[in-house]
Amino acid sequence: MRVALFVPCYVDQFYPEAAMATLEVLQAHGCTVEYPRGQTCCGQPFFNNGLLDEAYELAERFVALFEGYDAIVAPSSSCVATVRHRYGTLSDAERFAHICSHTYELCEFLHDVIGPERLRFERPFPLRVGLHNSCHAIRELHEARSSEEMTDPFDKIAAVLAKVPDIEVVPPGRDECCGFGGSFSVMEPEVSAAMGLDRIADHRSNGVDLIAGADRSCLMHMEGLARKRGIPIGFAHVAEILAGRIDPKECKK
Amino acid sequence: MIDHAGAAAEFLGDRTRAKRHDEALWFVRQKRDAAAGSLPEWEALRSHAQRIKEHTLAHLGYYLERFETNARANGIEVYWARDAAECNAIVERLLAEEGARSIVKSKSMLTEECGLNPYLEARGYEVTDTDLGERIIQLAGDRPSHIVLPAIHLSKEEVGTVFHETMGTPEGLSDPEALTRAARRDLRGRFLCADAAITGVNFALAEEGGIVVCTNEGNADLGCAIAPLHIACMGIEKVIPSARELGVFTRLLARSATGQAITAYTSHFHAPRPGGRLAVVIVDNGRSERLRNESELLRCIRCGACMNTCPVYRRSGGHSYGSVTPGPVGSALRASADPADAGSLAFACTLCGSCDAVCPVRIPLHERLRIAREAALAAPTYAPKRRILKLAAWVVRDPRRLEWTAWLWRLADRILPGWILERLGGPWSRERTFPRPAPRRFSEMMEERNG
Repeated sequence: MRVALFVPCYVDQFYPEAAMATLEVLQAHGCTVEYPRGQTCCGQPFFNNGLLDEAYELAERFVALFEGYDAIVAPSSSCVATVRHRYGTLSDAERFAHICSHTYELCEFLHDVIGPERLRFERPFPLRVGLHNSCHAIRELHEARSSEEMTDPFDKIAAVLAKVPDIEVVPPGRDECCGFGGSFSVMEPEVSAAMGLDRIADHRSNGVDLIAGADRSCLMHMEGLARKRGIPIGFAHVAEILAGRIDPKECKK
Repeated sequence: MIDHAGAAAEFLGDRTRAKRHDEALWFVRQKRDAAAGSLPEWEALRSHAQRIKEHTLAHLGYYLERFETNARANGIEVYWARDAAECNAIVERLLAEEGARSIVKSKSMLTEECGLNPYLEARGYEVTDTDLGERIIQLAGDRPSHIVLPAIHLSKEEVGTVFHETMGTPEGLSDPEALTRAARRDLRGRFLCADAAITGVNFALAEEGGIVVCTNEGNADLGCAIAPLHIACMGIEKVIPSARELGVFTRLLARSATGQAITAYTSHFHAPRPGGRLAVVIVDNGRSERLRNESELLRCIRCGACMNTCPVYRRSGGHSYGSVTPGPVGSALRASADPADAGSLAFACTLCGSCDAVCPVRIPLHERLRIAREAALAAPTYAPKRRILKLAAWVVRDPRRLEWTAWLWRLADRILPGWILERLGGPWSRERTFPRPAPRRFSEMMEERNG
């Protein structure tokens, strides 16, 4: 399968190890992965803040770069949610439609396209991992059932992580927003911080060794809150655990 | 101009209150989950309610006129008000006709919206709110902070103080049951000598020509059963086709609002009581305008579930929204109607989507808020934000510009002292450290790999 890797701009700059882990996991599962040159931003900040002209230009750019692949995979639910749910509102062109329906978050791709029974992760991770599922993973991509919905529970990200030998995946008490919210984090810093600190406390009350998630932006916000206050807890993108790029010994409290 | 962030920061300044507020409302949200989960057909019921509302709103003129005709045939008086001013004037005229001076009122978000209480009080009427939460707010000279739980921002100790000062309950009394009994005693006398009762309307039944009022305290019934004049004020969106559809909504309403299977009182008024008058005032006040582009918002049945679930609302308090209706639906209503004044409400949201997922009529609330940002961003207040975003868009349109920016950031990270970086980080750095740029970007690693 010919897969294009989309690496969100902030991941490229701050968390290249999450992108490298994504690439390795995909290759280990038989995908031919290409990293199209010149990729920048999916346009999410502009969609979410009401600048549709700017968003449209970036969507056009994205579609042009990623046309012609069987799948586009990104280590970020919120970017994928933007492509899947917003691009279609900009253009009803066939090439847009193909991109919308063939862009996946990494765990979603592993679960839905590769299939849980074919997932093999070599390196054991014998730790308690607090799983922070982002709102876009839960409520836009439906990678997990939200606590509001009265349907049968499922969680694709937890299911994929659970394939890692010896891991213990622990959900938080509330599947609530961490308070990042893009520009929300700087427009409402106090509420944003209160939300993030509550999530951290929720996970820590479960005695987890680290907090992981499929959206490094939520983790970046929570990690910044924790570092500022000297709260001793680590953060990692799920791809890094799947790829065995994190030494469990270094995470143990 | 509404400054949600500022007001929210102030609310969060009192950590104990903020934590109690968050936990109290999360508890209501959990009760809602349990009640909703007890119905296997819950999600189908929500979709059904959505379709009934969509249908009714698509044929609103038809159903309103049908309601009017059938209500009149039942002996109910029907009045039409274009806006808040007309609504208030009609109510006052009706009160004047009856020579009414003292009025008991059950909770009505529409009359809050119209400012009916202050309008009547300024003209010498004595208006008593009879819903316990509303009564507390009235005695405290405060504003409601939630549409179902108007006094949720106050502690029982604070209610005790208000009652001590206004009703002479013993100082320091904070037992909820004792306080409720005191309010009940005081209200009984007012019910008995009221000249008129004003209520809201939860549902107007077009086919039957009757209205339905849902309360948990029976206060609407008590008021209407004693006073000779009952005035019910409703927004045009409250009509549903008939009593056949009512069950869909009563099943959703109480479960979504408080986690009850049904409100304690679901009262039908299909005719005036013998010797009495029943007048229904149908109010537009901007609603027909919304029908054009945002009719989804008119589906709202005012259950308050979006407030209880909203992580921002729970941590910022209802007053921070500076509007009659706070929380997600309040922000969507207000920000789109008045982007210059209420733009901050469009941004008082992380777009988490929890509100959409609890809404019993499936209003796409976070999408409405996202759309409201388009107009809000055009207001002068947000000119700096707009410029920053436009600059960011200019950068990411070209990979080379993005590279230079990343290079600049890395340089700054290396040579600037921490305190300057923190200063540059503004509101981000107030609460968080910055992530450090990685030694090599992923794109650089890939360039090297591929030669």
